[in-house]
Amino acid sequence: MLDEAWDLSPSVSLRPEPFGALAYHFGNRRLTFLKRPELVSVVRGLGSHDDVRSALAAADVPPAQWTAYVGALRGLADTDMIRPRATAGPIEGNDT
Amino acid sequence: MTVLETRPHPIDRPQGGSLIGQFEYGLDAPICLTWELTYACNLSCAHCLSSSGRRDPNELSTEQCEAVIDELQRMKVFYVNIGGGEPTIRPDFWHLLEYAVNHDVGVKFSTNGVRINPERAAFLASTDYVDVQISLDGATAEVNDYVRGPGSYDMAIKALTNLRDAGFQDAKISVVVTRQNVEQLDEFKALADEYGATLRLTRLRPSGRGADVWDELHPLPEQQRVLYDWLLANGENVLTGDSFFHLAAFGEALPGLNLCGAGRVVCLIDPVGAVYACPFAIHDNFYAGSIVTDGGFERVWQNSELFNELRSPQTSGACTKCEFFDSCRGGCMAAKFFTGLPIDGPDPECVQGYGESALEGSRTVPPASQDHSRRSPARNQPVMLTLARREDLVAPPVSACAEGPLAGFIP
Repeated sequence: MLDEAWDLSPSVSLRPEPFGALAYHFGNRRLTFLKRPELVSVVRGLGSHDDVRSALAAADVPPAQWTAYVGALRGLADTDMIRPRATAGPIEGNDT
Repeated sequence: MTVLETRPHPIDRPQGGSLIGQFEYGLDAPICLTWELTYACNLSCAHCLSSSGRRDPNELSTEQCEAVIDELQRMKVFYVNIGGGEPTIRPDFWHLLEYAVNHDVGVKFSTNGVRINPERAAFLASTDYVDVQISLDGATAEVNDYVRGPGSYDMAIKALTNLRDAGFQDAKISVVVTRQNVEQLDEFKALADEYGATLRLTRLRPSGRGADVWDELHPLPEQQRVLYDWLLANGENVLTGDSFFHLAAFGEALPGLNLCGAGRVVCLIDPVGAVYACPFAIHDNFYAGSIVTDGGFERVWQNSELFNELRSPQTSGACTKCEFFDSCRGGCMAAKFFTGLPIDGPDPECVQGYGESALEGSRTVPPASQDHSRRSPARNQPVMLTLARREDLVAPPVSACAEGPLAGFIP
């Protein structure tokens, strides 16, 4: 996931809260809590970075925690809170 | 209660930790907001938690309601539970429903079904962001109509039929669990399945007119266990509004939020724009302010003195010594208040039995601070009387003039 381009789902709205943020998906009506302000920065930054790695770096998340953050992002992906960016999907056609 | 001019000091809140721990300190906007649109109702349910019946002359106008929705959109309150009274008998109900959905505020509304005719059902089926919750307090007409009034079962079933026939997906059947219907849980589930609906069970609170009938309607201690076991076995597919957290003291916690959310993540706006800590606490003691006179909902939510008290660490008295305190957190504030028990003591339905002993002690049930019940009996008002006979009588009484030689003789 680190090298992939991701984005906040278009039907998701983030509401800032003292502990982080609350994410609401208007499509599947799921409510999710982002329990760390850093995770909120990462999620907000996904769309403006080429890949997850640079979004993590931009949010000052120490590389030692990246694995944990990727886990959290995968959880968000499971409920469509974030989704792979369509325009920069995995490149195929390298096979010889 | 007063609404402070400026937002009080942010309470020192721990970083990280559990979500429940964070919720105890409150959120910037509620996640479960109930909005009662009118006190008017076509029914007169015996246990109505808002003592509804008559419209209040000061109910919010259409424009005021639109302003509330605008504010909820700004605050990112993503959905609202609309109730009453019977909300659908407000002439502007359908307009407000569309207005809310168009402003990113999803709606779940509770109704007894009176206005869910085939046309409305078709309209509802065509909307994407509306949930309908039909109230039903018995899986049979006999049990339901006993508390909700004659004809109310048929009305609800008709509404469910109309919704199903119109292709509305996943309506909710909302049941207040009582002593009379707790044995019908499987039947309720079957009924929900039949109508493609989801079953929702909630706790009977002694609020509103519920205070008058709670002694007679609330599930008995052994029934609490039946309910708990049923929820553990079926909880996955049943909604509860997280209202049974007092049962967590039986052992295993039920799915959902085991916490009193009053004023922290939950609140109520009543038909005249008064804000209360929770839908079950329409009483001066839990009044946070008015969206009309205190500068809007956001200000009341964030600056109310009462809400800030509720978001501060609470004292739970004797309960803190109980080994199950971490499970039930002392139970429901409204249930304690309206049965005249101290807020820092056990829940009246404490499953460890502390509630029963507390109820036996001296207590004064607080007088209601509002009552919109009809002043004269309605045609379809429930009459909670059942035919019974004295168990100790085996034959009609013998009158003084009975002359037969066997008068009064019981073989």
